[in-house]
Amino acid sequence: MTANLLMDPVDAAPTPTPSDRPRRTRRVSRDGTIDLAGAAIASLAAIWLVFTLAGVSMGNFGFFFCWAALSYAIYGILVWRRHGVLLTKDRLATVAIWTGGIIALIALASVVWTVIVKGGPIVFAHFPRFLVIDTSGGKTGDEYGVGQSIVGTVEQVLIASLLSVPIAFLTATYLVQSKSFLARIVRNVVDSMTGTPSIIAGLFMFIIWVRPHGVDGKNGFVAALALSIMMIPVSCRAAYEVIRIVPGSLREAAHALGAPERRVILRVVLPTARVGLITAALLGIARTAGETAEVLFTAGGNDRFNWNPLHGWQDDLPLRIYEQVFQPSAQAITVGWGAAFVLMALVLILFTGARILGATHSHNRRRFSWLRQRRQPASES
Amino acid sequence: MVTLVSPPTDLGDSGQFEETRISLKPNLTGMDRAFRGLLAGSGVIVLIILVSIVVFLASYSWWALKTFKWHFFTGTVWSAPIHPGVLGILVGSVIIALIAVAFGTPIALAIALMINEYAPPQLRAWLTGLVDLLAVIPSIVFGFWGLEVLNHDVSGPVSWIANHLGFIPIFRTTEPGTYTDSVFVCGLIVGIMIIPIVASVSREVMSQAPRDTCEAALGLGGTRWGTITDVILPFSRSGIVGGVLLAISRALGETMAVLLVLSPANVVSKAILGPYANGDVARQVAEYFPVADVHSQSELTLAALTLFATTLFFSLLGRLIARRSGAQE
Repeated sequence: MTANLLMDPVDAAPTPTPSDRPRRTRRVSRDGTIDLAGAAIASLAAIWLVFTLAGVSMGNFGFFFCWAALSYAIYGILVWRRHGVLLTKDRLATVAIWTGGIIALIALASVVWTVIVKGGPIVFAHFPRFLVIDTSGGKTGDEYGVGQSIVGTVEQVLIASLLSVPIAFLTATYLVQSKSFLARIVRNVVDSMTGTPSIIAGLFMFIIWVRPHGVDGKNGFVAALALSIMMIPVSCRAAYEVIRIVPGSLREAAHALGAPERRVILRVVLPTARVGLITAALLGIARTAGETAEVLFTAGGNDRFNWNPLHGWQDDLPLRIYEQVFQPSAQAITVGWGAAFVLMALVLILFTGARILGATHSHNRRRFSWLRQRRQPASES
Repeated sequence: MVTLVSPPTDLGDSGQFEETRISLKPNLTGMDRAFRGLLAGSGVIVLIILVSIVVFLASYSWWALKTFKWHFFTGTVWSAPIHPGVLGILVGSVIIALIAVAFGTPIALAIALMINEYAPPQLRAWLTGLVDLLAVIPSIVFGFWGLEVLNHDVSGPVSWIANHLGFIPIFRTTEPGTYTDSVFVCGLIVGIMIIPIVASVSREVMSQAPRDTCEAALGLGGTRWGTITDVILPFSRSGIVGGVLLAISRALGETMAVLLVLSPANVVSKAILGPYANGDVARQVAEYFPVADVHSQSELTLAALTLFATTLFFSLLGRLIARRSGAQE
C-alpha cells in the first residue's frame, strides 16, 4: 500500500534546487502545462482531420467529446513515457477532476445563457410592458406579457411562506430542543419529506380538495397549500442546521440566570440565529418559487389577471412556462422563454440575497464573539 | 408538577459529559408547558401531513389494488384503464435514475474533490456557490433547456452510436433516425440536477477524513491522487454511497424535466436512445391524472404510491448509511 503511494523519483528537477527554497506542492509546472497544451492541440488536429476527411458526423457535442477523450489519452501517454505510472495516474486524475468541474460549469452556463438569449429580448423589447400585461393578447396582436403569472407566483409563494415558515422554524426548534422518541420520528419524517416527489404533493391536494369541489376547486390558495407541503421540510432542514450551531454556552448562561425555557428560545436562541433563519427561509422560497408539479393540478392556469388567490383559477410562472412550451407557434414559445427569464431572475435575486445575508451572518458572528470577549473583564471587575 | 427532562443543551451529544450529566428538574409554568406543546404540535403537524398523504393516496388507489391485485405490479405494459402494469412506467423511472447517477456521480465527486483538495482557496467559495446555484434552478427551466438545447446537442453522438454500435441491444432504437426525447436525454438532464445532492453529501464526509493521515501520506512522498484513493475515498466510501442513494430517490421522483422531454410508449424496453420506449411514473401522473376517468385516476394514484414507496426506501437507506458515516444531510 505504501509502495503504491511513493512518488516516482524521476519527477525531481534535473538541476538540484537549493535546500532552503520551500517546495510548493501545488505549483503547476511548466512542463506539465506544455504537455497538456500539446496533447490538446495534437488531438484537436487529429480529430478535425478524421471528422473532415472521413466524414464522421457527430455534431459539435460529439466533436468536443472525442477531442477531450483523445487529448486525455495523448496526455496520459506523454506523462507515462516521461514520469512513469504513478505520476501518470496523479496527473490524469487532476485533469479529470478539473474536467468534471468544467462540465458542470458548462451545463450551468448553458442553462443560464439559453434563458438569457432566448428570453431576454422579449422581456426587454418594450421594457416594463412584458411584466405588466397579461398573456391573452398574444393570440391577437403583438401585445403579450406574463403579468398575471408574476402576480400568481408572488401571491402563492407569499401565502405558502406565511403558512410554512412558522411551522418549519418551530419544528426545527423542537428537533434541536427535544431528544424524545417523537422528535426522532419527526426528524426522520422531515428528512424523508425533503425527498418526496413534488408530484405527490400536487396529487394529494388534488385528491383532498380539487376533486370534491370540481373545477371551481382550483385556485391560488390550494396551490399555495401544495407548495407549503414541499416548503416546510426544506426550510425546516435549513433552519435546523442554523439553530443547532447556536453556542450551548449562550443557552446555559440564560438558563443559569433563571430564564424559563420559552424565554431562552425566543429571546436568546432564535435571535442569535436570526440571520441564518432568514437565509434558510429565503432559500426555501427560492426553491419553492420554481416548483411546477405541485401547481399543475391545483392552480388551474389563467391567461388573464386574477388578483384573488381565494377564488378562480390563477396562473404562475412555472405553469405559464409549461403552458407555452407545447404551443405550436414560435412566438408562444418565445413568451415561454420570457417567463423562464423572469422566473430565473426572481430565483436568482432570492438566492443572491440569501448568499449575501449568509456572508453577513459569519461577519456578525465574529463581531458577536468579539463583544462577548470585551464584556467578560467588565463583568468581573 | 415536577418533570424529569434531560438538559436542553447539546452537551449530552459529545460523550465526555455523560459522566457529569445533570438532570434539571425545572418547575414548568403553564406558559412553558404551552410553549412546549406548541413546539411539539408543529412537529406533529409535519407528521400528520405525511401520514395523511399516505392515507389519502392509499384510499384513493384502493379500487385499483382490489381490482388488479398483484397483476398491477407485474404487468410490463401500462395501458390504462384496462391493463395497468406499473412496470411499464416504473422501469423507465428507474433507468432514468440510473443513467442520472452514472452521469452525475463522477462529476459531483470531481467537484467535491476539487472544492476540498484541488482548488485554490479563493476559488472555493465560488465553486460552492456554483453548486448551490445548480440546486435552486427550477426543474422546469432544466426541462425547457433540455428540450430545446440538449436534445439536439446529444442527437449527434447518439445517432453515431446507434448507427455504428446498433448490434448491441441497448443501442438500438425503436424509431430509426430519431434520437431525441429519449430516456437517455432525460437521464442526462436529471443527472445534472442531482449533482448538488451528491456533491454536498460527499464534500461533507470527505472533509471529515483525518487530516493528519492525509498529511502523513503526502509526507511519505505520496501523490495527491494516492492520498485520495488510499485515505480519503476509503474513509468516505459509505457516505458517498448514502449520497448516491439519496440522489437516486430524487431522480426517481423528478417530474417536470421528464414531462417536457420524454416521449414514452409505456412499455419495458431496451431501447433507451430513442423515443417511444419506456415511460415514467411521475410524468404519466402529471400528464394524464387531471383528464383521466375515475378508474384510471385510481390506477395512476397506485402507481404514484408505488413510486413514493420506492423513493422513501432509497432516501431512508441513503440517510441511514450517510448518517452512520457522520454526514448531516
